[in-house]
Amino acid sequence: MAEQRRIIFKHIDEPGYAPDLACYLRHGGYEVLRKAIQRKPEELIDEVKKSGLRGRGGAGFPCGVKWTLVDRKSGKPIYLIVNADESEPGTFKDRHIIHQDPHQLIEGIMITCFANNVRQAYIYIRGEFPHGARILERAIAEARAANFAGPNILGSAYGCEIFVHRGAGAYICGEETGMIESLEGKRPYPRIKPPYFPAVLGLYQCPTIVNNVETLCHVKHIADMGGEAYSRIGTPNNTGTRILCVSGQVQRPGYYEFEVGKVTLGQLLNDVCGGPLPGRKFKAVIPGGSSAKVLKFGERYKGKRKAGAEMVDYDWSLEDVPMDFDSLALIGSMGGSGGVIVMDDSVSMVDALANINAFYSHESCGQCTPCREGSQWMQRITTRMVHGEARPEDGALLKSVADQIAGRTICAFGEACAWPTQSFVQKFPDEFKSYAETKKNDPDARAFELV
Amino acid sequence: MNLKPETLAKIDEVIPHYPEKRSAALPLLHLVQEDQGYVAPEAIEWIAQKLAVPPIAIYELVTFYPMFRQKPIGRRHIKVCRTLSCALMGAYRTCEEFEKHFNTYRGDVSPDGEVTIEFVECLASCGTAPVVMIDDELHEKVDSARACQLAVKISAEAANRK
Repeated sequence: MAEQRRIIFKHIDEPGYAPDLACYLRHGGYEVLRKAIQRKPEELIDEVKKSGLRGRGGAGFPCGVKWTLVDRKSGKPIYLIVNADESEPGTFKDRHIIHQDPHQLIEGIMITCFANNVRQAYIYIRGEFPHGARILERAIAEARAANFAGPNILGSAYGCEIFVHRGAGAYICGEETGMIESLEGKRPYPRIKPPYFPAVLGLYQCPTIVNNVETLCHVKHIADMGGEAYSRIGTPNNTGTRILCVSGQVQRPGYYEFEVGKVTLGQLLNDVCGGPLPGRKFKAVIPGGSSAKVLKFGERYKGKRKAGAEMVDYDWSLEDVPMDFDSLALIGSMGGSGGVIVMDDSVSMVDALANINAFYSHESCGQCTPCREGSQWMQRITTRMVHGEARPEDGALLKSVADQIAGRTICAFGEACAWPTQSFVQKFPDEFKSYAETKKNDPDARAFELV
Repeated sequence: MNLKPETLAKIDEVIPHYPEKRSAALPLLHLVQEDQGYVAPEAIEWIAQKLAVPPIAIYELVTFYPMFRQKPIGRRHIKVCRTLSCALMGAYRTCEEFEKHFNTYRGDVSPDGEVTIEFVECLASCGTAPVVMIDDELHEKVDSARACQLAVKISAEAANRK
C-alpha cells in the first residue's frame, strides 16, 4: 500500500501542536528563512526552478517559470498575493495550513518575497474563514515582533510587510486577475490576457506574483532541501508531494499527502480511504475539484505516454491512474486543486450535474455573455430535469450550450463551468436519455436530494 | 452613521495597508457590517466618502459579493453548505431540518427574529460533510440529527436570554 509522505502536513492534527510562534520555533521554525536571507535571491529562484514545483491551486503551472516571467526592469514595486481563497468545491487543504500551521505559510511567503524582491505581500483569504484570518493576523504580528517579517528582517537591509485581506464569498476571486481586481476594491471581473498578465501588469498595474497557499509552503521546503533534492520526490515533471482531499461517498474521506504520482486513484480510494460505503459500488469520481472532468469507473485508457525520456505504452483502468498532473491530463481530466469527489451507485449523474450547475450559475461573474447566459441555461435545464419534465434530447441540448462557452470567455471559468456538463453528458449519455423514465419507475431511488 | 469607537479605530488602521484607498473597500464593508449587522444606504455613502470614491463604487460591491447584505438578519446566522460533497452526504435534509425547527425558509428571517437560514456554496470542509457555519463557527458532519441538536441549543440560548 502506498505510504503517505507528509512534508506540508507534517504537524497537521498532531496533538499539542499549536498555531503560535513558540511552537513553530520549537519545531525548527524560521531556520530556513534565516539561511535563505543570507543567499542571493537569484539562487533561491533557481532552486525553485530546479525543483520543478507546479502550482497547487489548480492550473499546475511551474512556479519557477511564473517567477521568471516577472517584469523586474519596470522600476515598479513587485507584489505577492497569496491565494488563500480556497473555493474550488472538493478542496480543503489550505484551510488546515492556515488554521493549524500559519507560520509555515508565513515562512514560505517571506522566502518567496525575499527571492523576488517583494516588499509588500497580501494574503487574500476567503471571507468564510473568519478564524483563519484572525489566526493569520496574530501569526503575522508574532513574526513581525520576532523580526521574521516587517522592516530589516533578521538584521538584514531587506524588509517586507504582509497584510491579510478578506474576500466576501465570491468564487471568481480565486481566479488570479479577478483576485487582483478584488484587492483593488472592485468587482472581481477577471482581466483579459494579454495585456494583463499579472507578472507584468498586476496589482495597481505593477508586476505581481499570485501563488497558492500550499505552493508557498513547498517553497520553504525547497529552500531547505535544495531544488535538486526536492525534484527527486514524486515523479518526473510531477515533483514533490501534494495534498489530496477526498470527499463524497467513501468510507474515510479526508486529506492525505503523497509524493505526486506515487499513489493511484484505486489505491487512494480503496486502500487509503477504505473503499465505498457498505453495500455500494463506486460509480464516478471528479479528480481535481468540481471543474475537473468526471471519470467513470469501468473506463479504460490506452495510448502512449512519456516516461522520463522514453515513450511507453499504457493501458489503465481508472483505478490504475496515478494521481499526478500529467496522467490525469492524459486521460482527459485534471489534477486541478487536488479535490477528489467520489460518487457511488446511489447517485444519479443528472442530479449531481444539476448540483454542480447550480454552483457555477451562482458564481459566474457575469462579464462574458457565453458564461453568464450559458451557466444559467445549463442550471435551468438540469434543474428542470430533476424537478420538472425531463426530455430525452436534454443531454444533447446541454452539450450544445456547454460547447459554446469553453474557449469564448475572458477567464478559465468558462471552461470550469462547461467541463462538468460536457463530461457528464459524454460519459453517462443513457442516464440523461432515460432520466424521465427512471424518475417515473423509481421515484425514491435517490438517497439524497442534490438540488 | 453611529459606529463603535473600536470599529472606527480598526477602519483607520486598515486604510493605510494599501497604496490606494479604494482597496480598503472590502475591509471597510466587513467592519461596518460586523458593527451594524448589515450595510445600510447611509453606510455605503459613508464608506464612499471615507475612501474618496463615488457611492456606486461601493454599492456595486454590496450587490456583487454574497456575504454583504442590505437588510438586517436574525440574531444567529445559519449557513448550510449546499455544494456537491455536502449535498451527497445529505445537506438538503440538514437545511430542511433547520427550516422546520425555526419555521422559516432559506433566505428568510425566522418569525421570532432569532435566525436567518441560508444555503451557501462550498465552505471548504468537504471531507467532514455536511458542514454548517453558525455565525463564525464551523460545525462538521451535521446530518439531520445533529442539525436538530444544534437548533434546539440555539432555541435554548434564545429562551435563556429572554
